[in-house]
Amino acid sequence: MAKFFAVTIVAIAIISAIPILRHTWWMAEDISAHGAPIDEQMSETMAEAGISFVASQIILAFFIWKFSNPKPGDKVKNFPGGAKAMVWAAILLVGTEVLALGVFGVKAWANVYFTPPSADAMPIQVQAGQFAFYFRYPGPDGKFATAHPDMISEANQNFYGLDLDHDADAKDDIVTAQMAVPVNREIHLLMHTKDVGHSFFVPELRVQQDFVPGLDLSLHFTATKIGKYEIVCTQLCGLGHYNMKAYISVLSQQDFDDWLKKQAAMQ
Amino acid sequence: MHDMAQHDAAAHHAPTSFISKHVFSLDHKVIGKQYYGLALLAALAGMGLSWLMRLHLGWTNYAIPGLHLLTKNGAPGDVMTPEFYLQLMTMHATIMVFFVLTTAPFAAFGNYFLPIQVGAEDMPFPHFNMMSFWVTFVAFLVLMSSFFVGQGPTLGGWTQYAPLSALGEVGGPGEGTGVVLWAASIGIFCIGQLLGSLNFITTTLDMRTKGMSLWRLPISSWGWFITSCMGLTAFAVLMPACILLILDHVAGTSFFVSSNIVINDQMQPHSGGSTLLWQHLFWFFGHPEVYIAIVPGMGIVSHVLITNMRKPMLSHRVLIYSFGALAVLSYMVYGHHMFVSGMNPVSSLAFSFPTLVITIPSTIVVLIWLGSLYGAKLRINAASLFGLGFISMFIAGGVSGFFLAQPSTDIMLHATYFVVGHFHLVMGVAAMFGIFSGTYFWFPKMYGRMMNETLGKIHFWFSFVGAYAIFMPFHYLGLAGNVRRYQAFTPDYMQKLIPLHQFITVAALVTGAAQLIFLYNLIYSRFKGTPATDNPWQATSLEWSTPTTPPPHNNFGDKLPEVFHDPYQYGVESSVGDYVMQTSPEKVKTDNDEA
Repeated sequence: MAKFFAVTIVAIAIISAIPILRHTWWMAEDISAHGAPIDEQMSETMAEAGISFVASQIILAFFIWKFSNPKPGDKVKNFPGGAKAMVWAAILLVGTEVLALGVFGVKAWANVYFTPPSADAMPIQVQAGQFAFYFRYPGPDGKFATAHPDMISEANQNFYGLDLDHDADAKDDIVTAQMAVPVNREIHLLMHTKDVGHSFFVPELRVQQDFVPGLDLSLHFTATKIGKYEIVCTQLCGLGHYNMKAYISVLSQQDFDDWLKKQAAMQ
Repeated sequence: MHDMAQHDAAAHHAPTSFISKHVFSLDHKVIGKQYYGLALLAALAGMGLSWLMRLHLGWTNYAIPGLHLLTKNGAPGDVMTPEFYLQLMTMHATIMVFFVLTTAPFAAFGNYFLPIQVGAEDMPFPHFNMMSFWVTFVAFLVLMSSFFVGQGPTLGGWTQYAPLSALGEVGGPGEGTGVVLWAASIGIFCIGQLLGSLNFITTTLDMRTKGMSLWRLPISSWGWFITSCMGLTAFAVLMPACILLILDHVAGTSFFVSSNIVINDQMQPHSGGSTLLWQHLFWFFGHPEVYIAIVPGMGIVSHVLITNMRKPMLSHRVLIYSFGALAVLSYMVYGHHMFVSGMNPVSSLAFSFPTLVITIPSTIVVLIWLGSLYGAKLRINAASLFGLGFISMFIAGGVSGFFLAQPSTDIMLHATYFVVGHFHLVMGVAAMFGIFSGTYFWFPKMYGRMMNETLGKIHFWFSFVGAYAIFMPFHYLGLAGNVRRYQAFTPDYMQKLIPLHQFITVAALVTGAAQLIFLYNLIYSRFKGTPATDNPWQATSLEWSTPTTPPPHNNFGDKLPEVFHDPYQYGVESSVGDYVMQTSPEKVKTDNDEA
């Protein structure tokens, strides 16, 4: 039984690794300007974790195979290097591994969070609420009108609580249920929630960021490939969480301008 | 101190009535068995809930016969509603994390065997001990009662993120009374754990018998001791957090709710609270909790494997130091749950570093296990199979931690099934394997009868292959961006993942069903198993030196044992074979005497 167990362990380790190596189920294609270091980091981590996983399972299996069901006269033996060898192996192997991952990982993270958006990045607001996203474009005046939470009314489709009667800035704000961005243009996404915690996750864009009640957070990214992608909520927000999604269309500048005009006309 | 504690423990005599013997018992052994029974009940409930969830995830509109019996509004025509799915999910996780993974390896086995392994008659505070169980039992009842109250249990997940959890029924079904009952249950549970931890710590420090130095304690006792130190600090933070959450519901406070929250076009009457405050408090408990669930399992499995390898670990002390390092570091890593929470991105890097560093003591532990297998005379039985399976699962679940420890890769994997796969393997399945290993090993001592080995091995094969079949694909789902806590996969890109979910569901049903073999074995062997001898595994530690099996009320009869050896003198030549019991004064030549 011990030998069969050893074979099973190795078989499981190999079968588990095959879909990873073949990318049978894998990350969506990267369409962001900042995503490459994240993907590299993912591949490096996968290589290190994968080797650790398969190697340790094989060692486990080999020792089970070799050292089970001993003959009556057999004596136990000790691993020649003793515990010291193990401690040094762990410190050197894993220590180097985590140091490398840590150091290179900082770069990938810094790309997203420590570089400020450029001055000409296009600002777009996103407001999360149970169970929909609403996007706001500032319109020709380039200004977002002040939002008044007490004036939010889903019934009147005033999702942002804009004071349309008194606030001149509000009149040209464009509020939409789907998002569109021009390709190869940096977007500065200004995020807030009107109720509970939510999250903004677009796998292709390599961004995931929570919405936090009481905090104004922001993200910036540049989409590099025209197409239609999905924004999904990843922070449990209530019974409709699974259905809280929107599309983000990455359009050519011309198509984007046309789209925005059409949205403005519908306000 | 030793004498005082001993006097107090000795002051309670063997009970005579049924109630004082089996219900409100002061005997740590009975309390340990009570904890085990509660964990077993909770595990069956938790597993049942996971079956319902898996059926729904594989076939969303499938009518599950009889589902409406569990809920007032959650299953019209026996088809699960979105909110009922989330309620079942929350209950599954809460039951499993608190009432199984914390209760069985730590409270159940620890209660039964820690006092015996240190050579004591009982714990120093038997009344606290009895209270700790009954308080935990009440906590379980309070949690389960939420199925029958108002709109059912809370749907906010076991992490109960505010403000969803703090706003009341306006946040969703179960977010009012359901949350209050959840928080009350967990708050009460914390009291039980605090009392238990206090008892465990004092037992270890003050109740050791003559000759039992700290280094001579078996590794399982070290596991429980280190866990109780973690429990004392972690649960002491979770309890006040739960109290504040309840106050947000019933006293009009706003600890966790900020201003300007609008639901159904209504401004909510809250201001000034902090969403992230809850996350910090919760995860300050939540991450050590992972180790509270797994360190006792590490101790138990090491103890079981040593006996079945017929040789000690490469180093008893290095293992203990590593357990200690895990415990200390577990408090410094909790922020990796919050990389994308809106917490300052510099903090994310600060939390990332210790999270990567904690892999070093984990790796040392694994390498010590592997290195100790070298040159062993390994016995293959149900207990050792589950012990070896534990190592395999711990490695499998551990390596995925590399991805979640780094903020940059976490961007792609946070809140996906990758995380679900990771924690199920490393703290769920591994800890369960620890429980099974301990059960097959210690059952003869606890009940005086052997468990059926054949059934145990069948149980192992289904569990081992099944657990991989269920949880490995979770990682693939997560890489493909499958978000967790969804009751159906409506985004376009998740549609193609549904067949994989169906495979997982089938695997979960089969693996779950195989657990009934264990249940049958447990019940059958309790009454019909082959009678066990005092030391059926030829083991060395004190639980195998009791004058009777199961041990008498005061564990060791008239005289407490005296200890002469390290806990694991295997692979030696003595008058009884290849081992020397700790209580034997026989001198043997050994390479491994560290104490």
